Amino acid sequence: MITGTLDGVHAAVAVRGVDKTYRPRRGDASTTGASPVKANDGINLDVVAGEVFGLLGPNGAGKSTLVRQLVGLQRPDRGTIQVFGHDVVAEPAGAPCLLAYLAQDELAVRELSVQLAVATTARLRGLSRRGAARAAADVIDELGLAAIADRPLARLSGGQRRLACVATALVGERPLLVVDEPTTGLDPVARRGVWAAIARRRDAYGATVLLVTHNVLEAETVLDRVAVLDRGRVIACDSPGRLKAVVSEDVRLELVWRDVAPPADPVVHRLAPRALVDGRRWSIRLPQDDARDTLAALLGSPAFAALDDFTLSTPTLEDVYLALGGRNDDLERV
Amino acid sequence: MTHLPDTEQSDIQRATSLAPRTTWPAALSAVYTGQLARVRVARAPLLFVATLQSVGILLLLRGVVHTSDRQTAAAIVAGSSVLVVAFVALNLLAQRFGALRAARALDYYAALPIPLPAVVLGTAASYATFTLPGALVTAVVGVAVYGLPAAHLWVALPVAVCCGVALAGLGAALGLALPRAELATVAGQLGMTAVLFLGVIPPSHLPVAARVARDFVPSMLAVDALAHALRGPLDPAGLVWRLAVTLAMGVVGLAVSGRLLRRAVHE
Repeated sequence: MITGTLDGVHAAVAVRGVDKTYRPRRGDASTTGASPVKANDGINLDVVAGEVFGLLGPNGAGKSTLVRQLVGLQRPDRGTIQVFGHDVVAEPAGAPCLLAYLAQDELAVRELSVQLAVATTARLRGLSRRGAARAAADVIDELGLAAIADRPLARLSGGQRRLACVATALVGERPLLVVDEPTTGLDPVARRGVWAAIARRRDAYGATVLLVTHNVLEAETVLDRVAVLDRGRVIACDSPGRLKAVVSEDVRLELVWRDVAPPADPVVHRLAPRALVDGRRWSIRLPQDDARDTLAALLGSPAFAALDDFTLSTPTLEDVYLALGGRNDDLERV
Repeated sequence: MTHLPDTEQSDIQRATSLAPRTTWPAALSAVYTGQLARVRVARAPLLFVATLQSVGILLLLRGVVHTSDRQTAAAIVAGSSVLVVAFVALNLLAQRFGALRAARALDYYAALPIPLPAVVLGTAASYATFTLPGALVTAVVGVAVYGLPAAHLWVALPVAVCCGVALAGLGAALGLALPRAELATVAGQLGMTAVLFLGVIPPSHLPVAARVARDFVPSMLAVDALAHALRGPLDPAGLVWRLAVTLAMGVVGLAVSGRLLRRAVHE
């Protein structure tokens, strides 16, 4: 079994043998007749103090379930979770004293102004009224939200709203930040701003960060280590660089067809079984020599006329995910 | 599978102690202030609608009730005033907690180091506070339109406060107990309708079944207290007794809501 545990390190988070199964609720029409879903299946992980650790996986991989258990919102069916040595399964009320959590939904603060949402969260984290106002102003400045600080979140764009929610998670120092898809909907500038803010907290007071993402680029750019989840299991856990070494002999060939791929073409016919198809876009992982030959053959074949674009790139964590047996293909690449 | 040695675990534990939990007063104050600001911005038009609805009912019934029938007139004024409270504290609060629960947005509060019942209490208190102007305006208009004595009009204030607590407790409980947000909305509206009919119509005019049902609506004793105050000499002991019972029902409702909130988060 793949585990993300480490020997001889100071673990900020230690997850051992965590299982969680969702069973259909009696009387709930939406789940009647449904089978139990195993969201987490024997998960073992260590997150080292001071690192930016990622949970990467497609929707439904069990990332959010694991995180909700870690922050004390759900109990696992089996297993233990320790945060800085505190057992958050036995005493879930202790978790909020150790960590800040950015959830996916912001309805609780949607009608507050950005300033009030951040300051209220700071006060609920125990800061005095004056301290909360000061901390809120600092985070708002840091994330470039000052111009919209007086506007209710409900009247902001999706990206601005998400950024304001990130501000609520960052306000008030917590040694562990658990952020569930913090950059969803953000433009590249705001995304880099969030990553920089997270890095500053690590540098300033050694904050540990657990970042949930299904964005491959984010995982490769900001994470020290990443656990790749698929259907509730950890299928790999290491630094992004070392994980990519698993498939370092391969390259990814992306083909974008003008309309549909010509099925009769012999090169296309040979590639089709290995291609991940997303509309007009084909993505094929190939050994480097094979990719070179395939591209040369394509350029010289009639199929070239049907091509709109093609790219050849080094492998990504998505390739690792697929090489390790991941079956979903909805990881984000931008 | 590997585990950290016990000595290292204890090192970490020493290094990272738990931050103190936020106290009840601080959490309550933060939730109340935040929610009041939110309600002021987002729900002001609804308060206007709620007040207008109650004043409309007063004026409508003025066409069929003679001012000499003081018992009925006082019941109408008292019931209409409390209807404003029901609109906001019961109906809107049930919707609010139903929506928060459905969207799993209660996670926001549950991941903060606060006593969770403070969320119910702070939110309920902000909604209840928000209803006071509408309830008082309705009472003043009612007294004027029906020619009732204004000497004990001040009773409308404690009545609105106590009803706010009682109906907010019920509204929060409905929103948190029902499995779907739509059901919470329907329950909140039905509850408001019950407060309207059972409050505005004098008990003596109601059929037996409705009189029994009336006893189970937590705001009815407070409605009776205001009706009594508006139509005749003040009975201080009766007033205190009715308001105390209303308040107690509200406290029970809020305590139950606090438990339901905990259950809703962890389900």
